[in-house]
Amino acid sequence: MGRKLVWAGVLLALSMPGPAFADQPTKGGILSFAIGGEAPNYDCHANYSFSAIHWLAPHYSTLLKFDTSAYPSIVPDVAESYSVSDDQLTYTFKLRRNVQFHDGSPMTSADVKATYERISKPPKDVISLRSTLFEDVASIETPDPFTIVFKLSKRDASMLANFASPWNCIYSGDKLAKDANFPRTSIMGTGPFVFVEHAKGSHWVGKRFDRYFIEGKPYLDGFRAVLMSGPAMINALQGGQIVAEFRGFSPAEKSRLVDALGDKATVQESGWSCKLDILFNTAKKPFDDVRIRRALNIAIGRWDGARSLQRVAFVREVGGVIRPGYEFAAKKEELTKYPGYSEDIAAARSEAKRLLKEAGVENLKVTLLNRNLSMPYTPTGLFVIDQWRQVGVSVDHVQLETSPYQASLQSGNYDVGINAACDFMDEPNLQLLNYISKDLSSLNYGNYIDRTLDDLYEKQKRAANKAERYALVRQFEQRLFHEAYTAPLIWWHRIVVHHKQVRGWYITPSHYLGQDLASLWLAR
Amino acid sequence: MTMTATTHRVREGKLARVAVGMARFTLTQPLGTLGLLFVLVMAAAALLADWAPYDPTAFDMSAMLAPPSREHWFGTDAFGRDIFTRVIYGARTALAIGFLSSLIGCTVGAILGVASAYFGGRIDLVIQRCVDILLSFPIIVLALVVVAMLGKRMVLGIDVNLVVAISLPIIPKVARVARAAALTIREMPYIDAARVAGFSHARIIFRHICPNIAAPYLIMFTAYIAQAILLEASLSFLGLGVTEPTPAWGLMLSGNAVEFYREAPWMILFPGLAITLAVFAFNLFGDSLRDWLDPKFKT
Amino acid sequence: MLSYVGYRLLLVVPTLVGVALLIFLMLRVLPGDVVEIKLRGDGGHVTQDVVERERHRLGLDKPMLTQLVNWMVGLARLDLGTSMWTGRPVAEEIGARLELSLQVAVMATLIAVLIAIPLGTLSALFKDSAVDYVVRIVTISGLALPSFWLGMLIILTLLYVFSWSPPITYTPFYQDPLANLAQLIWPALAVGYRYAAVVARMVRSSLIEVLREDYIRTARAKGIVPRLVVIRHALPNALLPAITVIGLEFAFLIGGLVVTEQVFNLNGIGKLFVQAVSRNDFTLIQGLVMLLAVIFVLVNLLVDLFYAVLDPRVRYR
Repeated sequence: MGRKLVWAGVLLALSMPGPAFADQPTKGGILSFAIGGEAPNYDCHANYSFSAIHWLAPHYSTLLKFDTSAYPSIVPDVAESYSVSDDQLTYTFKLRRNVQFHDGSPMTSADVKATYERISKPPKDVISLRSTLFEDVASIETPDPFTIVFKLSKRDASMLANFASPWNCIYSGDKLAKDANFPRTSIMGTGPFVFVEHAKGSHWVGKRFDRYFIEGKPYLDGFRAVLMSGPAMINALQGGQIVAEFRGFSPAEKSRLVDALGDKATVQESGWSCKLDILFNTAKKPFDDVRIRRALNIAIGRWDGARSLQRVAFVREVGGVIRPGYEFAAKKEELTKYPGYSEDIAAARSEAKRLLKEAGVENLKVTLLNRNLSMPYTPTGLFVIDQWRQVGVSVDHVQLETSPYQASLQSGNYDVGINAACDFMDEPNLQLLNYISKDLSSLNYGNYIDRTLDDLYEKQKRAANKAERYALVRQFEQRLFHEAYTAPLIWWHRIVVHHKQVRGWYITPSHYLGQDLASLWLAR
Repeated sequence: MTMTATTHRVREGKLARVAVGMARFTLTQPLGTLGLLFVLVMAAAALLADWAPYDPTAFDMSAMLAPPSREHWFGTDAFGRDIFTRVIYGARTALAIGFLSSLIGCTVGAILGVASAYFGGRIDLVIQRCVDILLSFPIIVLALVVVAMLGKRMVLGIDVNLVVAISLPIIPKVARVARAAALTIREMPYIDAARVAGFSHARIIFRHICPNIAAPYLIMFTAYIAQAILLEASLSFLGLGVTEPTPAWGLMLSGNAVEFYREAPWMILFPGLAITLAVFAFNLFGDSLRDWLDPKFKT
Repeated sequence: MLSYVGYRLLLVVPTLVGVALLIFLMLRVLPGDVVEIKLRGDGGHVTQDVVERERHRLGLDKPMLTQLVNWMVGLARLDLGTSMWTGRPVAEEIGARLELSLQVAVMATLIAVLIAIPLGTLSALFKDSAVDYVVRIVTISGLALPSFWLGMLIILTLLYVFSWSPPITYTPFYQDPLANLAQLIWPALAVGYRYAAVVARMVRSSLIEVLREDYIRTARAKGIVPRLVVIRHALPNALLPAITVIGLEFAFLIGGLVVTEQVFNLNGIGKLFVQAVSRNDFTLIQGLVMLLAVIFVLVNLLVDLFYAVLDPRVRYR
């Protein structure tokens, strides 16, 4: 009874319109929150994990950024304004004039240029993980200290979003000139917080940057991020030692916290730009046979699965290769026509059995490679095993630590695998990159070459308008599912529970975005 | 003709002795008997697991997180799997891995220890260094690295590499004890006599030394089953041992099972109790066995 | 005596070299390396060229023998190398966490000794009585309760019954003893129970043995009261084997806190080890194993020397 009441309270809080939360921000306070992992170094350009960006984002700024309260709209950050030429080949940014680095030096277009050159054409000893996003940038010009112009050789439909990527932290050009790798070991940006201390394996402290370029921000005096995850993190959140964690919670964690904290908890939920895929190693028999791949794909009852799995794992929506809810995602009536997305699971299962019989493998036994992470890999893996069992396929479940798991995928030493496709923003360029030919994408672990997919990828990237791009993305999905190179499973569902006093933080479908903490404040 | 009759009589005599021995054990070691009973119940559960009420891996989303009831004695987990069934099957996993690891660890250890003591000299020195090296690796560290290194190899539903990983830390400890025990026997006059009589090394070791270290071997074997079960549970808890969907006690406690503490406390209660009871029973039995077999403890 | 110490020290060298060789070779057989995790992961799209360059930077592309020789030479100079994950010296990474693990181990030892000696003595004095049975059940339970499960139950009890949870970051004892103890007493209790059980059993069995020896009988015959006999004569002798166990368990604990540190989210050696293994941070794993091996070997040596001092016969064995 008590729990029901609490739930009703949470639902009410969730359904309340924005303004109810948006009362006047108050200044001051130290935000204590958890981050679930630690990065090898401090360089934004050389990291890919949320466990890097959550520590680093408060210290840095980017050219543009996503407005988390109105995702996916893009707003300027250190830029004051920007313009895109009609042919979409020239991007011009006017920079704010009052941006300072934490050492007091002013930030100019030269710094931005040095930063973007480091990202797109890294020197030999510098690691830049996202250089390919800027491979079409032909030149970067700085007509004056507060203007920067990017000229592209080819049109790229994702370009504006690329400039809003949280990974493109702006570094000081002077310091880069002295040591191109200084960001690996020291933190010096233009962000709302100055780095104070990092106790390795334990915590990280930042304090307010008084000369931050937005008047009155940040609201907090500082933050203290603590390295913790799993049950220990939930315990600390319940005990009040931390007031938030911004990656995401499982449904069980949510209900435990809501149960324990009652009206002191705020729950924010959103679709999540991550999903798990079934990968077929097409270089290995019998998975070179499209009938077998197709059978295994359609044997998965996604709609029923989503309904039951969402109670135990942070997954919810059924979708193709683009996150449901995003503008380029397949609509439900299109989705249900793809193989594997039929709502008639009984028919799909008998078709799967027929295909397996036709391929001569009625008693197929597969080894399923999975990571040994409890959320959501294990439940999803168990779900797939249960689904395949129902068409007579028996599964040996191999769960490995990250490194041997990654090595197995990389070396093609597996039959069928479960792999996360998780991107820092909704952009077809990123999502589709997982599925183009082996020789073009290091993310293709299925070991296939398919020039039709490559061609469609390139075309949608160069699309002049959204309608054209939408149609091309559909063609891409149709081809992908017809060949059954991969079988997307249920899309993740992001749940964040924090103490109610944490305000001004908005959930988005990406846990990489919106972590600069500039607008976050603590209610008294 | 006479030969068979003799062996027959000997066998009968042995049987009678075993029966008398067991009766005496029951009388003098009530705690040990209790432990033995637990062990037997567990072994029966493991053997008869196939008659458990449910399929240990089948999902039943309509019965998720069901509390203990007549249908589900221990309730169900997050996938609607029957916990009673999984605890029963878990006994199979725990016993198989515990028994095999302890058997391998104790046997290899005993062979090394006896060889070390019997041959002495350079062989002893080399074996003792190897034992020292293995001993200096912290147990769980050794298991962690071996599990990560060897990966998983399933034979009859048991991960043999995990068994190897768990038996490795047992080897040096047993080797030390076996060496010490064998050393005292080596100095006995009858061993010298056997050597002078020209008996082969193998014959002396197996006929004269081995029977004498049988008691410590048996004691250690029982005790290390308990340790192996505990280590398997710890490794599975860390996600390095048995993997889903194989039912295993440590695994049932891992991941975010603890998040269901309020909603479904039975999820972490029963597997934890199962581990505790199993290890408890083996230790209780092993202890009493030691008191009973070790002449020093006889009053 | 000196020659005995010298001999024992000499034996330490091959052991440590063996440990170093073994761990080095074991790690090189592991599939994958640190670079994979550093650069690839959820959606990390990186060219093979970048991966190769990072491997080169870390020296992972050198022949195995060269890597081994480099590492061994470093070891000989007490240089553990740099972590492949963070690029910081291994000694620094370990140093930052050693204090916490040491403190938990020391506290667990204190708890164990305080509980174990009275319990073991009682149990031995009243062998086969109800007291003995109760103590035996309590101690065997200590061996049987998985420390991670016990830890879980402790945390949940604190949270739900007392609405309190221990501090989440480490404060050194000399800075704020209360905050320090509030965090570390719980894991120390969780492992201390098992530890106490092991020691209590040892005290019990060795005391039973000592009580049967001649000089105790003589003392009894002389008419000294039994309780005094036990405390004055038997206990010190019976404690010798217990000290061995305490020493070994202590050495084991420093690295053996792996699971407990996970449950209590402690930034200690055990957690560092799990992290290092999951990241394939070879140099760090090697460094940790060497450190634990050295601790183990030294504790062993001290215990043996202690014995040799008390019992001259040992030296000639």
